[in-house]
Amino acid sequence: MKKIFLFMVVLGVFAATSPAAMADPTTDLKNFQSYFKKKFPTVPFDEYANGFYVLPGMGTYREQWMLYNEFPPLELGLAIGKKIWETPFKNDKTFASCFKNGGKNIAQGYPYWDEATQKVRTAEMDLNDCLKKNGEPEFTDLDKDQNTRVRLAELTAYFYSLSLGQRIKIDVSSLGAIKAYEEGKKYWWQRRGQLNFACANCHMDLAGKNFGGNQPLSAALGHTTAWPAQRLEWGRIETIHFRYMTCNSQIRAKSQKHGSEIYNNLQFYETYMSSGLPLTAPAMRN
Amino acid sequence: MATDKQTKIRTKTQDGVTDVLVLVSHPMETGLRVDPKTKEKVPPHFIQKMSFFLDGKEVASSDLGTAVAKDPLIGIKLKGAKPGAKLKVTWSDNKGESASEETTIS
Repeated sequence: MKKIFLFMVVLGVFAATSPAAMADPTTDLKNFQSYFKKKFPTVPFDEYANGFYVLPGMGTYREQWMLYNEFPPLELGLAIGKKIWETPFKNDKTFASCFKNGGKNIAQGYPYWDEATQKVRTAEMDLNDCLKKNGEPEFTDLDKDQNTRVRLAELTAYFYSLSLGQRIKIDVSSLGAIKAYEEGKKYWWQRRGQLNFACANCHMDLAGKNFGGNQPLSAALGHTTAWPAQRLEWGRIETIHFRYMTCNSQIRAKSQKHGSEIYNNLQFYETYMSSGLPLTAPAMRN
Repeated sequence: MATDKQTKIRTKTQDGVTDVLVLVSHPMETGLRVDPKTKEKVPPHFIQKMSFFLDGKEVASSDLGTAVAKDPLIGIKLKGAKPGAKLKVTWSDNKGESASEETTIS
């Protein structure tokens, strides 16, 4: 009898302190960022916004990166994005009218949890929404139509450039936001694909190492600060969802759709993990 | 994949030497690349000549070609260029297209 009673008490204690569903993004964030501080004690926090170039052992890559940053080719795409942003719609309004503060110094809050639609919203979505609200055609077919996607990437890049240097600040306080955060977090930590890698495997465990030669692995901390970005490999500015798609195929996993909810949630999680870092978008990458 | 024709110039003067960098949005097609959609060779389209003029006088000229990659960044160094001097860059390609851009040495 006493044994059964003791057992019930213990069970009760466990039920009360069950950590199962309750996520704590703040604790996650602290652990995530301190992991990198321990792994790379010589790298100052702000530097993580500059990608793998700042990690020890990446000296040669860094030298080349600094060289072509003197006149980065992304300036061409960025100029196109600027033109799209500034060209008025048929109703004489511009993109600036759709955003707080005319679009300046707000990108550090993207992506955000939209309580009204109960979904994570990215800058690309808000830009498309702006077009819709003003009777203009949206950027569509982003999976297949590279030209359209690149135009959107260039426009998004310009949008982010208006907030250059602002520190990432994502609100994950509401229940819906936490749920989306948890989905993104689950995707981040789950192994997938023929190579059976999780994002964490390459960008935490192997961060700073060179994967198979000439595939330097970036640290997850600071991942979203440079996006949209231009990779030398692509020769054009691209969206972060496109990078997620190519990352998936690199590990022989099925890519999700550009603009899919899971990528939105993944971006939500990833961006939150870089809280406090300054935006450097758009930037040059490998 | 910049569709806009752009020619951007940057100059930096230090110790009497001016670094001139020119970034041109140009596909620089060699004529050997196969278009993945049409399965046909993309016709050659590349910059052939780029010339630099300082205050109207030609100071440098370069013959580019198919070995130069997309959106080329070409740099030259000038000695003795005074601040306020006019720098003009012109280029022409194999399709007869051309462009020119001007800037003042800072």
